[in-house]
Amino acid sequence: MINTMECAVDAQSLISISLRKIHNSRTQRGGIKLHKNLLVSYVLRNARQVYMNEKYAEIYRMQQYEEVMTVCNEIQELNPLDLAEDCEEQSGDCCGNDGVSEPASLCCALLPVSHLTAVQSAHIQAPSACSAPLSLQSDEVCKETEPSFYRSCCAEAYPVSNCDFSTVNNNLHCNKTTVLDLDTHVVTTVENGYLHQDCCASFQQCCQGAQSPAKKRKVDFEYYISDIEEVPDFTPCKRAKFEDCSYANSEHLDTSNISNLISIFGSGFSGLVSRQADFEQALNGQFCSKQALASLGAWTRAIVAF
Amino acid sequence: MAGAGGGGNDVQWCFSQVKGAIDDDVAEADIISTVEFNHSGELLATGDKGGRVVIFQQELESKNQPQCRGEYNVYSTFQSHEPEFDYLKSLEIEEKINKIRWLPQKNAAQFLLSTNDKTIKLWKISERDKRPEGYNLKEEDGRYRDPTTVTTLRVPVFQPMDLMVEASPRRVFANAHTYHINSISVNSDCETYLSADDLRINLWNLEITDRSFNIVDIKPVNMEELTEVITAAEFHPNQCNTFVYSSSKGTIRLCDMRASALCDQHSKLFEEPEDPSNRSFFSEIISSISDVKFSHSGRYMMTRDYLSVKIWDLNMESRPVETYQVHEYLRSKLCSLYENDCIFDKFECCWNGNDSVVMTGSYNNFFRMFDRGYRQDVTLEASRESSKPRSVLKPRKVCTGGKRKKDEISVDSLDFNKKILHTAWHPQDNIIAVATTNNLYIFQDKL
Repeated sequence: MINTMECAVDAQSLISISLRKIHNSRTQRGGIKLHKNLLVSYVLRNARQVYMNEKYAEIYRMQQYEEVMTVCNEIQELNPLDLAEDCEEQSGDCCGNDGVSEPASLCCALLPVSHLTAVQSAHIQAPSACSAPLSLQSDEVCKETEPSFYRSCCAEAYPVSNCDFSTVNNNLHCNKTTVLDLDTHVVTTVENGYLHQDCCASFQQCCQGAQSPAKKRKVDFEYYISDIEEVPDFTPCKRAKFEDCSYANSEHLDTSNISNLISIFGSGFSGLVSRQADFEQALNGQFCSKQALASLGAWTRAIVAF
Repeated sequence: MAGAGGGGNDVQWCFSQVKGAIDDDVAEADIISTVEFNHSGELLATGDKGGRVVIFQQELESKNQPQCRGEYNVYSTFQSHEPEFDYLKSLEIEEKINKIRWLPQKNAAQFLLSTNDKTIKLWKISERDKRPEGYNLKEEDGRYRDPTTVTTLRVPVFQPMDLMVEASPRRVFANAHTYHINSISVNSDCETYLSADDLRINLWNLEITDRSFNIVDIKPVNMEELTEVITAAEFHPNQCNTFVYSSSKGTIRLCDMRASALCDQHSKLFEEPEDPSNRSFFSEIISSISDVKFSHSGRYMMTRDYLSVKIWDLNMESRPVETYQVHEYLRSKLCSLYENDCIFDKFECCWNGNDSVVMTGSYNNFFRMFDRGYRQDVTLEASRESSKPRSVLKPRKVCTGGKRKKDEISVDSLDFNKKILHTAWHPQDNIIAVATTNNLYIFQDKL
């Protein structure tokens, strides 16, 4: 009998149910049913997507809060009287409503994530029941664009053990480098030298893709903070404001090129200098490539130069 | 009487017969897995999970009761497929009969194709009602006589005997499918037929068993990139060069065998854009097509997905011309239906003789008919309770919310173990065969 109250679609339980079905199918009489397993893998994919989106939204919210607090604390150290208010305003502007609007996700990509690892290690358990319909919308867009089988990037940092996932048709592996091309919305995953590419729906997804590069940027930010002491005029708060201004005022930039800007930043200072070449590269290439982010000075020099 | 009036208010359906065991304890081998009328409607074949085929024959209309059509009685029973073991892959091959398709009758004998997951067999069903008697060298029981005792000669003559129906396998089409066969379809040329599994479609000549031609292959180079499988395939009823196959993604492809030997490139692609507001975890599952059937005219085709039946005009690929909701009230129950595996049930659908009404099954032993002309639909139930001879079936109604009216049944009271997956409609008359789990119900319209 069907329950009167339809379950509030718990993504995590769907994942476990799906895995159980796949496991049971291996012992069923008549051999593995390809059709049924394919359908189960779709449910598994959808559920995992929702689960990870919810998780990331949670992390983002916590990160946003902590970033604001960190910045404000630092401001207080430097100039407790003048800039405390400014900081709160700017973080409000920059980071949008609840972390799922387009500029907010960009901000997410740019904001330092010094507390990200702390958050991760805190073992966030159940995902908050939020962006489920939104995530599914992005999934729907995904369906329209790319006929090839969708494989979500598997972020390393989540406490949930993705390595446990093993399906007939869907390879879910750990230890992948995931990059997101915000222009083509293609998630490129490099795994043991083998390239996978997914369609990736919208800017909401970019947070997901941005996670591994964000981890690297933590290092950048620390370097950046040390710069602050050397250059007292250039405060973190002004940095936030700068980002806003740079988007709004630069005649070279419009909303559609913001992704290119990020790509350029990600590819290092040389990207700013030779912007034309890098535009093309950014269109085809990969956001926040590992090598570029490894160069610590890229962030600060780029911003200062601008 | 060919389907005149169709469903809805014009036709009243009456119980005629029920076949199968009465007890509720259902043996798995008795679960009916396919139902098919032959081209004249005189014969009705069923296949079950135990690999058996049972054929019913309609009795001639008796003079005593001209108002009744003839009853269907058992004509022949035989074991079509046995369980097998693939030693190479360490896989057991189920004997369950997935599909039965009749060949058009050419002589006194009847021919049908039956298939399990891996092997298709051509069966000849023939009658014997005479036997030769009066042999010179043999006794009546078959023992040979001592030639020295033969003193006279006589010519053996045919004597009538009790009718005996023999089923013999004439062809075995094996080893052509790596994946599970889901469909077979006889071509209108009566010489060839197709068989489809999850990833490939093969073309056979009915006379040749050691060779088949692969005409569709959707297996990707890297199986990790698999996104869809073939779920059903059928030849066009009139054009021997045309066939369609449906996919788990909800698309139907029409192929023309004249275009090329390998029909991977479709001639037409029928697909309806997904409604984004209906998006859920299970969108892919419920959009998977479980059955595709051409209309008798060949102008339309019908597809069945989990929640609806769609009629497509072959001339329009962008969307179906008609969509009928079978049990939309299940949309909010998909999570539970996923847990208990009901969401994977493969419902079939069928046309009536003049393509004016379509029928498909549902849960709680309900089945639905949609009259295309009158835009009416009706829900009926196949149950022992309404099994008095010639009793008129009462339309059923599922209460989807709010206050439940009298005689309505609420969604939560539906028995999801009682499902009607297989139905068949007589090619000329208003006689339908509806298979519950292990019973076959025959209904006809009230004359």
